[in-house]
Amino acid sequence: MIEVKHLSKRFGKVQVLTDINAKFYKGRINQIIGKSGSGKSVLAKCIVGLHQPEEGEVLYDGKSFHAMEVDEKRDIRKRIGMLFQGSALFDSLTVLQNVMFPLQMFGEMPKSEMAERAHTCLQRVNIMDKDKLFPAELSGGMQKRVGIARAIAMNPEYLFVDEPNSGLDPQTSILIDDLIKELTEEFNTTTIVITHDMNSVMEIGENILFISGGRLAWTGSRDELLDTDNQDLNEFIFAGSLMRNAKEFMRGKSSGKR
Amino acid sequence: MGTLAHIGRYFILLKATFTRPERFKIYLNRTLEEMDLLGIKSLGIVALLSFFMGAVITIQTKTNIDSPLIQAWVVGFATRQSTILEFSPTIIALILAGKVGSNIAAEIGSMRVNEQIDALDIMGVNSAGYLILPKVIATVLINPFLVIVSMFLSIFGGYLVGMATGIVSSVDYLQGIQSGFIPYHVVYALIKTVVFAFVIATVSAYQGYYTKGGTREVGISSTKAVVYSDVVILIANYALTQMLLI
Repeated sequence: MIEVKHLSKRFGKVQVLTDINAKFYKGRINQIIGKSGSGKSVLAKCIVGLHQPEEGEVLYDGKSFHAMEVDEKRDIRKRIGMLFQGSALFDSLTVLQNVMFPLQMFGEMPKSEMAERAHTCLQRVNIMDKDKLFPAELSGGMQKRVGIARAIAMNPEYLFVDEPNSGLDPQTSILIDDLIKELTEEFNTTTIVITHDMNSVMEIGENILFISGGRLAWTGSRDELLDTDNQDLNEFIFAGSLMRNAKEFMRGKSSGKR
Repeated sequence: MGTLAHIGRYFILLKATFTRPERFKIYLNRTLEEMDLLGIKSLGIVALLSFFMGAVITIQTKTNIDSPLIQAWVVGFATRQSTILEFSPTIIALILAGKVGSNIAAEIGSMRVNEQIDALDIMGVNSAGYLILPKVIATVLINPFLVIVSMFLSIFGGYLVGMATGIVSSVDYLQGIQSGFIPYHVVYALIKTVVFAFVIATVSAYQGYYTKGGTREVGISSTKAVVYSDVVILIANYALTQMLLI
């Protein structure tokens, strides 16, 4: 489990996050949602240690990340898998080399086993036949899948996924969401997904955290979302006509039950 | 951000760069790749530039000392001295700052804006060491080789143009390049080369590593890498010359 306590972060004079308190549960998909620029990605980057918060702390299984020695932090990071918004694959390496990279840096197995493991990960994300291609030769969806394969290569305990559906068509988005769900169940990871895609939230979200204006404005489950009386969250969720219709549909269903 | 803050951050980056590599063999392979990319692939431009600069030095020297009081072999002597003391180590370093420095800054800068450096950090890889150390070692090892090639080609270029135009005889030129040769001058040139190579690799890497923004900023970092490398090379050139030659 990852816990965030009283976390605040600012860049220069701009206060990006204010007093965030949150829990991210093991074996569940924890989704951080919010408008663009609300501080979701900054929060995720504070959690993985890419940004140093001005106040507060991040606890990995009860241990403060920022109080750890450099070697301890490295050990934690070896247990983190992260898919970046732009996939962040290494341009100069092939798909296979990208997935093998963390294994080569930290794995203790022979090269043949590393290749086997990388192939298994690629198989897991259904992208076996592209292993000799370079990232620039892949579509956005394929790059995301390779990014996920690289993220799970070291059997991570914590899986961070930043905007997995951005720039993808609805069908590929659903495939990526399903993959995240399957991997979370399979590896029992603490999965944190940063998204503003409400379809994704309704499909796979379990523990949902809504960030608004740099503050944690709401937490709850997917089922609790539709009945929330938080005005900001309502505006965010029901901005699209699809969700407005879904709300009407859900309300109709519940009144019918009565 | 002020100049002092930049200098401080540069040294912090150097400290991170020179820490123990996670996997020695991976760093060794990367160093060999960088020696090819940053060194061997610069051989063509270095050779071309050296040959013609040697030719120009010979012609200009002959034009400027065309006096019956000055012996003909002085042309060869002046070409050799100009080449070894200044042209090959310094001018080639300035040219490499343009070619290699911009390459380093653009590569690392692109990795920064595409979150590839963040990806390395999250994996627990020391991104500064992994990306910068092989480039520093590669340039420090390969640049002296480039400069030695440059010295020979420049002197040879002067010889060929002297023969072709008839401004200096073969005998006089060969006598000139052997006269008053001080081996320490080559050592001085190589010391400068190593320092300049370090400056090019680290200043350019610094500019790339701390790039913020998008592709436009990568271009700005690349330009800054060349400008600041050149400025530091010129200052270091003066300091080293005063320390090592006087």
